[in-house]
This record gives sequence, C-alpha cells and structure tokens, in this order.
Amino acid sequence: MDAAALERALRRMAHEIIERNGGTEDLVLVGLQIGGVFLAERLAALLAEIDGAAVSCGSLDVAMHRDDIGLRPVVVQAPTVIDEDLTGRTVILVDDVLYTGRTVRAALDAVCDFGRPRAVQLAVMVDRGHRELPIRADYVGKNLPTRADEMVDVSAGGVSLGVVT
Amino acid sequence: MSRPTAGPRHLLSVADLGRDGIREILRLGDSFAEVNTRAIPKVPALRGRTVASLFFEDSTRTRLSFETAAKRLSADTVTFSAGGSSLSKGESLRDTSQTVAALGVDCVVVRHRSAGVASQLSRWLDCSVINAGDGRHEHPTQALLDCYTIRSRLGDVEGRRVAVVGDIAHSRVARSLVAALQALDAEVTLVAPATLLPPAVDSWKVAVSSRLDDVLPRADVVYLLRLQRERQDAALLPSLREFHERFGLSAERVARLADHAIVMHPGPMNRGVEIGAEVPEMHCATITEQVANGVAIRMAVLFRLLGSGAAAEAAASAPSGTRRTAQPADSVPADPAPGARRD
Repeated sequence: MDAAALERALRRMAHEIIERNGGTEDLVLVGLQIGGVFLAERLAALLAEIDGAAVSCGSLDVAMHRDDIGLRPVVVQAPTVIDEDLTGRTVILVDDVLYTGRTVRAALDAVCDFGRPRAVQLAVMVDRGHRELPIRADYVGKNLPTRADEMVDVSAGGVSLGVVT
Repeated sequence: MSRPTAGPRHLLSVADLGRDGIREILRLGDSFAEVNTRAIPKVPALRGRTVASLFFEDSTRTRLSFETAAKRLSADTVTFSAGGSSLSKGESLRDTSQTVAALGVDCVVVRHRSAGVASQLSRWLDCSVINAGDGRHEHPTQALLDCYTIRSRLGDVEGRRVAVVGDIAHSRVARSLVAALQALDAEVTLVAPATLLPPAVDSWKVAVSSRLDDVLPRADVVYLLRLQRERQDAALLPSLREFHERFGLSAERVARLADHAIVMHPGPMNRGVEIGAEVPEMHCATITEQVANGVAIRMAVLFRLLGSGAAAEAAASAPSGTRRTAQPADSVPADPAPGARRD
C-alpha cells in the first residue's frame, strides 16, 4: 500500500465517518501515541475539507492504562493532549494497526477519564487480525491478514509488511 | 539483599540517576502533569502495588505529595509516622522497617534525621526504596521537582544561573539540588554567610559569594533555603534580623532581579527571615507551583521504579508463554532495550 493508496483509504474513511455520524458536529478525533497521531490529524483535515467545519483532534498516550505494566518495559511516549471535556461528544479513536485489541481497551479506559463520551468509535488504517479481546473497528483502511511473527509498519509513505527477525 | 543490575530499583541520591535519568524523569513529569489536569486525575498504572511512607521525621508536603502521587497511580498507600508507633517501645529502625516491608509493600518512601538511612534500608529490604530526605544528606525528589519547575518556567535548565541562598550547611535540599543542576549544566552560585556554608564547599565546584546584592542582577533563579534551626548546633548567626538584612530576599531586592527571574523555596518558609513577607505572592515566586509539580514528579519516580524498570526487566528476561512479538500498534514502540520483546 503506497502513499496514494493510504490517502485514498483515509478519504474513504472520512466519508464513512461523516455518513455514519450525519456530519462532523460533536466529533473529536483522538490519535493514539505514536502511530495514530498523524492519521488522526490527516483525518481531521479531510473531515474539515469535506464537511467545511473544523474538527477537534487530540492525542492520547495509553501507556499508564496498559494491562501489561510490570510484565515488560512500558514506555511513556509523549504527554496526552485532549483540550476539551469529552462529555456528550462522539470520540473517534484513531490508530495505525489493530492487532490484539489491548491498546484500544486501554484507550477506552483512558478516554473515560476525560468525561463521558456519547459514543466511542474506532478507526484504524490496518486490521491485521489476532484479536485477544472482543473489539472491532468501525472504520478500516485495509484488512491485512498476517502471521504473528510479521510486523506491520504504517507511515505517511504507506503500509508495509516485514518479518520480525 | 544485593541490588539487581537490571533497571533502577531505588532512588537514594541524585547521583543514582545521572544526567540521562534526570532528563527521563523530567520528560515523564510532563505526561504525569497532564494526568493531573484530567477530569479524573487518576491512572491505573500501579494498581495492586503498595507504597509505604516511613516518616521518622516531621513532614507536611513531602509525605502528602508522595501519598497523592501514589494514589493518582492507583497504588495503595500505608503510612508510618514516628509518633504513635512502636519506636516509643524501643523497636529498632531495622525491625520497624522490616515489619513494614513484611506487610508486602513494593516501595518504601523513607525520611529520617540521619544521613544514610535510605541507603541502609535498600540493603535490608527486598522492596524499592525512595529517599525522601536523610539528615543533611539528600532529598532527590525535591531537586527533581525544582529542576522541573525551572524547566517549565524558563524553558530549560542548561546554562541558567541559579543562586542558592541561605543555610546551605544544614540543607539536604541544597546537596541534591546542586548535584542535579550541575548534571543539567546550570551555573550555580552559593550565597551564604561563611558559618552556613558546608565545610567541604571547595569540592562542590560551584561559585561562592557572601554578597547577595552582587549576585541578584545576573540570576535567572533565586533559590531560598530556610534556616534549619533544628539542625544547627551552635550560634551561627548574630541575629535573624541581621540575616534578613544581608541574605533575606525582600521585595526591594526582588525589584532588582531580571524580569524573567524566578524565586523558589522548597518550604516550609519563614516569612520575614529568608524571604520577605510579601514575596511568596509575587508573580516571580514559584512556591505553590513547586508543590503542584512535586506530585507529577513523584508520580514519574514511582512509575519509573515500579511501573517499568526493574520488575519489567526481570519479566522480560524470564520465559513467558504469553508474550507477543514486536508490533508497533499494540505494543509500545521505540523500546530502547534491544531484544527485550523478542521471543
């Protein structure tokens, strides 16, 4: 998947978000640190372009909410930036890759510390399978079946698949 | 108990951290400061862990700050204070601390009037030990929160001119602070009467002055220290009034500071002695900011010792059937330890 395909996928997801929510009112995009942040920013820009109104966009570091703290080194990446009360808003979590679902579970816990959202939806660029929790995405850029020993890399340049050595 | 080589387990002195460790904690401080601004300022990071405060000496802000920090990380807290304990029945420090550790705590935060107690406990106990002040020796978390405060007010610590004023001889805060400031390449000047300078001040590698008014115009930070009269064992000053005249930061002296300069104090303050009565409320004063920042920094310290660090390193080297392969989305990326997540 190259940069142009990534951009087309984002554009389609933006349209799906508007269709499903009947516009962009009350939407807040929250990118998960680090990989989801640039996607959330890009999606927010596309939503603003399509719907003509600015859409709030923040970032969230879920390290402190992870369920594997103490099991392996957990690195706090960057401060969370969510400037508004999420009560009554529709929050769209944005991440690059959906895998076990544990990051999303942590993110669901974390966003609830910022208020009580009306709804939380999930947008991911790649769904690679292997879920360990009952979590699914509402908007998917690409479904990419993988083996557990493979590694999915998403950047502004596109999506690539590598093998963990 | 021998100290494990992998990961930090204790925080006994600023030197334990080194320059990189200090920078890491300041960076983490930003993340935890953000947590403290949330509608629900609490994260589950240390759920199931227990932090014990062992305060053999009086404290208001440090003990409350550590307890607040631990609670905001969802750790459980137990508190020991010397008054009303079995110390009065003749129990020794070792027996008391081992009793507390035997409750199953993961971390002990200790303050004691004697230097070296935290270090001694780190050898006696299996759990992590954080030094919250030992005699005149060190108070590392105070130095960290002070560096964080300088960084958030002035942008960076490096190259900043910091005047540390007052009773340096009896101050553990000064020892930790100077070590931290030097690690971060700040320029430190100690300002005190000769009787309140530490005996080995030559080995500190800092400038020393006995004239506050000469130092003020160039200072970015004026850090005031209380006269530790409970630790002073001789008449070191002619009078408090004379000390205030020569070394107290009055409002008139504040007027001679650069516009961006800040006035810091670790508390407790004695208004009218080392600090003019009206100075703490002036915009340049960071005293309440220091207290607020203290919670974030202590969260960072607790998280680094208990939430990542040693326990995680130990788990990473242990065989595990459930560990996953590296994956940037669902694991935390940019893991600095090579091979830590490889199967």
